[in-house]
Amino acid sequence: MIQYTIRRLILVIPVLLGILIVTFALARMIPGEPCKAMLGEKATPEVCERFNVRYGFDKPITTQFGIYLRDILSGDFGQSIRFSRPVTIILIERLPLTLELGSIALLIAISIGIPAGILSAVKRNSFWDVFTMIGANIGVSMPVYWLGLMLQFAFAILLKDTFLQLPPSGRLAPGLAAIPFYEVWGWEFAKETFGYHFLEFFSNFYIFNSLITGDWKLFGDAIKHMIMPAMALSTIPLAIIARMTRSSMLEVMKQDYIRTARSKGLKQNKVIFKHAFRNALLPVVTIIGLQVGTIFAGAVLTESIFGLAGVGRILFEAITARDYPIIQAFTVVIAAGYVFINLIVDLSYVFIDPRIRLE
Amino acid sequence: MPPVSLSNEKQKDYRSNSLWRLTLRRILRQRNAVLGLIILTFLLLMAVFADVIAPYAPEQVLIGLEEGIKKRQDPCIHLFGCPKDQPQHLMGIDGNVRDQFSRVVHGSRISLMIGFTTIGFAIIMGTILGAISGFFGGWVDNLIMRILDVLMAFPSLLLAITIVSVLGPGLQNALLAIAIVTIPVYARVVRGSVLSIKEMPYVAASRALGGNSFHILINRVLPNAIPPLIVTGTLGIGTAILDAAALSFLGLGAQPPMPEWGTMLGSERNQVFTAPHLVFYPGIAIMLTVLSFNLLGDGLRDAIDPRLGQSQN
Repeated sequence: MIQYTIRRLILVIPVLLGILIVTFALARMIPGEPCKAMLGEKATPEVCERFNVRYGFDKPITTQFGIYLRDILSGDFGQSIRFSRPVTIILIERLPLTLELGSIALLIAISIGIPAGILSAVKRNSFWDVFTMIGANIGVSMPVYWLGLMLQFAFAILLKDTFLQLPPSGRLAPGLAAIPFYEVWGWEFAKETFGYHFLEFFSNFYIFNSLITGDWKLFGDAIKHMIMPAMALSTIPLAIIARMTRSSMLEVMKQDYIRTARSKGLKQNKVIFKHAFRNALLPVVTIIGLQVGTIFAGAVLTESIFGLAGVGRILFEAITARDYPIIQAFTVVIAAGYVFINLIVDLSYVFIDPRIRLE
Repeated sequence: MPPVSLSNEKQKDYRSNSLWRLTLRRILRQRNAVLGLIILTFLLLMAVFADVIAPYAPEQVLIGLEEGIKKRQDPCIHLFGCPKDQPQHLMGIDGNVRDQFSRVVHGSRISLMIGFTTIGFAIIMGTILGAISGFFGGWVDNLIMRILDVLMAFPSLLLAITIVSVLGPGLQNALLAIAIVTIPVYARVVRGSVLSIKEMPYVAASRALGGNSFHILINRVLPNAIPPLIVTGTLGIGTAILDAAALSFLGLGAQPPMPEWGTMLGSERNQVFTAPHLVFYPGIAIMLTVLSFNLLGDGLRDAIDPRLGQSQN
């Protein structure tokens, strides 16, 4: 197992290198001089000369790629043009929100999608099956951003003044602020150090931060603000997971060992969960891994609708401002995250199906 | 002279051998596919006859043409009690005082065009790459597949966003970006089919008869690799339309005043609380279009090649 993990990790290296080459090449494909494209009106010949020297654009392309690789490996994603701040710091501030939103969305998708798929397969052709599959078909076809806007209208306008009312946008109600756990616990840290940024990263998970500091008011408010965006973001993965669970379960339920289990007199639940579901899990887990990509891409749309300052929203702002260092860095981080999650999915196969002898 | 006709037996034989007829019959047996076909036919008719159906041109500003018209006016439908003396606007008036219904109707042309062109391009490129890769194998296969692996390592919409942000916003660049990110899917499908088909006895026979590689690939292998491509392509059109609308929504695809559904949604997104009808209808239009291709694709999959997977029925 350890040997296999190491081998898989080594195999990931060419893919990661490929991702870096693609993002590097894309940024170099910007028509015209990079300086003029990035600085716009401010790009006078003198400024451009300094800019080219500073970012290494005066060097051969291979050297430029070497510099780019070295910087990224040391955690330096360059300076944002729009915000005039290091991209890495922006990542530390913004990534937790996207991870929080994405995890909740994935959790909703899995916890509703799998039971719905199982039920649909077990009660095949029943009203419930038809209902779920119509819902799943509509779910896959729905634009995330449109659903987000419709949810905003429903929960903030139509259901206004009822207990179901939800805040239309933002991460916390006005007046509320999350106090980082290290401040609550009185930890002293010199700013701008690695340790400080490390803790800052975790404190930016508001739900996690309020949970460990016991700030229940903030916890409730953060959750309330997350419901709508997470619901919108989870629709497509939910529909896909439900469909995959259903078809995988139907496939397994046809097998002889299910008939044997039934004829042994086992209870229906035991047959479904212990015999059928465990064997139907493999394709479902694979599809869940692939949905992480849908969620990351969907975050760009969802965050910009719900006014959430996460990676997706800043990526959207960076695109409109042509802030290439941010676009480049965030694309690399998201793609690398996607690759690693699918690696974990691959490794999980051994636990799900012991027949897979990875050696 | 008596009419020339085939004997009963021959006629029966001819019919049962007609692959198209058989496939069509199988497709029509799928409830999903039929529903998808109905919606799609409706949309195609809407696109073809957009000029006849829509009461106004999609970019026509109605100020001066109708008295007292205001921007973002609610829908006025005579059947639902709107005064008869007021002109009818089924989906209301948009932020630039244009008839929303006319814009939604004309939008069907753009969306269908987007779906067919992007996937058409992706299929052609994917087929070329996949066929070369699968048929010749060796280092060519390795090189092509590793490049495609890298492209597949990105979440597709995200890569499309990055490509458009480099190429510059616009419908053409958005279509190109979506086509590029979908090529790997088709290349893999074709490669998979080619790999299994090239081991078939009829390919070996063709080779024994002295056919050259190119001839075998074009005339023996590729025609048999088409069915799974049709299924994947139909499902892909839905995704392409969805992605293109998302790019337009972000301001990276079709630009105003083009009546593209994503663009329409994007430009009125901040009005969802005051004029929800402007957001509602374009979204429904996108959903129905994508739904029709998804249903048709699922049905086709079951009809053409049941081994490819099970869907709804």
